[in-house]
Amino acid sequence: MSGGTRLENANPVIFQRSGQRLHTATEEDEDVHDPIDDREIFDILSINDPEHPLSLEELNVVEQIRVKVNDEESTVGVEFTPTIPHCSMATLIGLSIKVKLLRSLPERFKIDVHITPGSHASEEAVNKQLADKERVAAALENSSLLEVVNQCLSTRTI
Amino acid sequence: MLSLVEEYVSGLQDSKAKDTAKGVKDGEFTVLQLVEALGLSLTSSQPHTRARGVQLLSEVLQECYGGLTEREVEVLIAFYENRLKDHYVITPPVLQGLRALTKCTALPPGSAVSMLRSLFQDVHVQLSYRKQNCVFLCDSFTELKGLGADFVFGFVQSMDGERDPRNLLLAFQIAKSIVHRGYDLGKFTEELFEVTSCYFPIDFSPPPNDPHGITREELILTLRDVLAGTPQFAEFLLPLIIEKLDSDVQSAKLDSLQTLTACVSQYEHKDLAEFLEGLWASLRREVFQTSSEKIESAGLAALTALTSCLSRSVLNSDSEDSLCIFLDLVLKDCKHHLCEPDLKLVWPSAKLLQAACSASNRASVVKYEPESVFGAFRSSLCSIVFSAVTETNASLQITASSVLTSLAQQTGEMICGTHSRFRFGQKFSSDCAGALAELHPAAFITKLIPRLKKEMFSDNNREASEQQSHHALRQRCLSALAAVSIQPSVVQESTPVLLEVLSSAHTGSVGFSVEEVVLTCSSLQRIAEQVQDTEETGRCFHDIIIPRLLSLALQAGLQGDHLDIVTNLHKNFSYYLYLTAYILYLKSVLSENVFLLIHIMFPQKQKGDSWSQSQMVCLLMGCVCSLPRSVEVPQMDQLLLQLEELSCTCSHPPSYTSAAKCFAGLVNKRAPGDSLDSLIQSTMKRVYSVLDSESSSVRTQAFTLMIWVARALLLRYHPLCTALIDKLFSLLDDADLGPMAADGFSLLMSDSSDVLNRSCHADVRIMYRQRFFSENSAKLVQGFNAAPQEKKPNYLKALSNIVNKLPKQVQVTELPALLSLLLEALSCPDQGVQLSTLSCLEPVLIDPPAALIQQLEALVNRLLALTSSRAMNVRIVSLRCIHAVSRFPVHEVLPFRARVLRALARPLDDKKRLVRDEAVQARSEW
Repeated sequence: MSGGTRLENANPVIFQRSGQRLHTATEEDEDVHDPIDDREIFDILSINDPEHPLSLEELNVVEQIRVKVNDEESTVGVEFTPTIPHCSMATLIGLSIKVKLLRSLPERFKIDVHITPGSHASEEAVNKQLADKERVAAALENSSLLEVVNQCLSTRTI
Repeated sequence: MLSLVEEYVSGLQDSKAKDTAKGVKDGEFTVLQLVEALGLSLTSSQPHTRARGVQLLSEVLQECYGGLTEREVEVLIAFYENRLKDHYVITPPVLQGLRALTKCTALPPGSAVSMLRSLFQDVHVQLSYRKQNCVFLCDSFTELKGLGADFVFGFVQSMDGERDPRNLLLAFQIAKSIVHRGYDLGKFTEELFEVTSCYFPIDFSPPPNDPHGITREELILTLRDVLAGTPQFAEFLLPLIIEKLDSDVQSAKLDSLQTLTACVSQYEHKDLAEFLEGLWASLRREVFQTSSEKIESAGLAALTALTSCLSRSVLNSDSEDSLCIFLDLVLKDCKHHLCEPDLKLVWPSAKLLQAACSASNRASVVKYEPESVFGAFRSSLCSIVFSAVTETNASLQITASSVLTSLAQQTGEMICGTHSRFRFGQKFSSDCAGALAELHPAAFITKLIPRLKKEMFSDNNREASEQQSHHALRQRCLSALAAVSIQPSVVQESTPVLLEVLSSAHTGSVGFSVEEVVLTCSSLQRIAEQVQDTEETGRCFHDIIIPRLLSLALQAGLQGDHLDIVTNLHKNFSYYLYLTAYILYLKSVLSENVFLLIHIMFPQKQKGDSWSQSQMVCLLMGCVCSLPRSVEVPQMDQLLLQLEELSCTCSHPPSYTSAAKCFAGLVNKRAPGDSLDSLIQSTMKRVYSVLDSESSSVRTQAFTLMIWVARALLLRYHPLCTALIDKLFSLLDDADLGPMAADGFSLLMSDSSDVLNRSCHADVRIMYRQRFFSENSAKLVQGFNAAPQEKKPNYLKALSNIVNKLPKQVQVTELPALLSLLLEALSCPDQGVQLSTLSCLEPVLIDPPAALIQQLEALVNRLLALTSSRAMNVRIVSLRCIHAVSRFPVHEVLPFRARVLRALARPLDDKKRLVRDEAVQARSEW
């Protein structure tokens, strides 16, 4: 992360950001209940990439079609695609997504974050790490790691 | 000298020629002596030696042809002509010598002719040299004209079968000069044409490494110059062009079209007459069927040139007008295409016609002049013109409208026909019509207006789908009516139609929708704006329009069932009245009408029908309040009294509100002075007395009047305003009127749409809000502190009403002082107060003052409580405020973090997405 180290993927492909969600009339209506949908979760995931000054959306790491949410059963599933199969940041990205969702969603939701099948060399290991609640909790107690995660999640311009 | 000759001829030393020439020039020896010295070599049996000798002579002559006498020249020419018959090796030097001789000034008459004759006779090779000579000859002698046909014949012969592009270029240039200098071509015209035109169209591609640099374009251009050079070629060239146009080669077509364009500029109409049909057929085919834009444009250019050629020609009394015939032809074909339902060919046809029309004014005028001929084409012409109008091409539109204008010059009947085309919805047609109407009011009055009227009033018991188009048609008719009403005479005719529409809308005899009525009103308005300002129109407005509008408005007001129509009507109507007043300054008209209105209104009041009464007041308000300040309203005092009476006594809410508004509007505009002051004083006295008697039944009415008067005075910074506002503050403590008084502050601060705004010419000073705030905020705080607990919400509401309307910049600087009050306001149960307070707080939170940080605990508590408010907007704004608080200095907000995060967990599961969005953002920041 520091300036001296080489970037793993120095020149990633950048994707167009999808535009702002259009407000509909029902959203303005006081009495209508808006369910939490894929797009809403996707909008929450506007996380910065650990390596680049770009969002995960722009790097196509997270895509709207890979976000699955079920409001009634309170489950969220997010698949993310590292830019290169050997990306060492995959765990960090997964952790950031998980933390972001933990912070942004009501407690009732069960959050499942994993790598898009076939897009990473050590897919299984990373998925296992991310699924393990205790390891996630432990990681977040590590202050230096937490700082990095917060940096990813920060919306302020530095 | 002999040695010089010897050295040149036998020794092959070219430099000796110069020396010899020098000798001749200097007079050392004459040309005759030179010839004598050359004698031996000239008579040698070796052709090369002879050639050498002749060459020396030629070179010498080239240097010193100026000094020759006529006699010498004659001898020399005879010699050279003789030499031409010699061996071909000698020919080049002979030609060189001849060329030198032609430059000679002392050329004997007839020698050129004989020279050329022998040239053509004896020389069969070395074409290029000879042609060079010919160029010189042509340039040098006018007497060649005498040679005339013989020369041309010789030229034709020598050119026949030529292949070399260099020679061809030369030959074309010569032919061009032959043609342009007006040589008598005689019976060889056809031959000359044949020999040149066999190369047409040029199909030549230069070899890749062409040393001579002759391009295809050069050849094409020179050949075109030749062919287009003289009208005498017309009878041969035109069939050729028609034939070549049939070819499949694109370049040939293009070349032919361009040549045609070039040649018709030279030709007379009688040259063209017999080929017009063929040419038109070919051109038409090219334009309709072509795939190449180049060819199409060339074809159109050719058509334009053709038409301009035809229209240029002066007609003999007995000859047929070929232009007429041609246009007849063009129109017939185009009409055929235009009448077809398939629109594919309409555009090319229109282009063709445009090309034809743009050629000359006369073409377009002539087209419409002989009615007997073109009467049949009228409808097609109209459709052509209108299809042209709908096109985006600007020049086409101009042409079309000019055509329309010329149409209109002829007959109004045509316009009638054309306007049925409004059905197709051209947006330019109304502009066009407007331009026309300015020129031909009479035609429009007699033809168009009745027609439009008929369209509008036509029965509309149709299917729903047709209803839509009928509606659009009516709209177009209305806008067309408005567009044509520029001339007073037209206005006199068109406005009754519009009025009739309005009246039938009221009676319901013909079903007009509300939009149509509104459109009618705006059409009237447009007419009022654009009509030429004359006495005539003024009278027209005065006598017809205004009284009828008034009666219509009254009628509508009395009917009461077309509420929306009435409202729209009165808005437009008042604006319209104001316009009339403004444009024409017809004060008498206006005051008379107001007078009329008042007189109609007050009898109504007596009847006690509250509904119609309110409508009347409403109408009156619209009229008198939108007048400019300079217009004097008659019987002002009486009117004011009546309004005051009405507003204080009437029990019908819309009535007394309108009356109060109207009163306020008049007060705002009244000139300052004693009369105004005394008026206000008396009104205030009355209002106060009502307000002070707790039991009075008309307190609300009095209060409404007071608020509106206060606003009127506030806007113009009237000193008496302060007293009224003080009264308002005191009313905040009132049990019944307290909440109303608090709302009254928002009325004072906001803009109203119908009266007391700048567009109504009200007297509005700048920054009156800021002024009000700075004068009264202290009073408000004071009153709040002094007030009993149950009255405090009124103060808070008043405060938030005031603060909310202030510009943001003022808010930010002024708020810290009012902070405690605002925090109180947050805990006020009224949602409106909460919302306005929150939206005031939000910008302040971005740059928090120290006072706010001290109260952070209270602020955060209240904000968090509001996140579970029932109103979505309150939730959203409070979350935004919490978001903004996260940017406070870290050491200040850290103690709250856990609490805020816990509290924000709830809105994360809010049922509204917009709330959740804000919550997510706020929580992630914390």
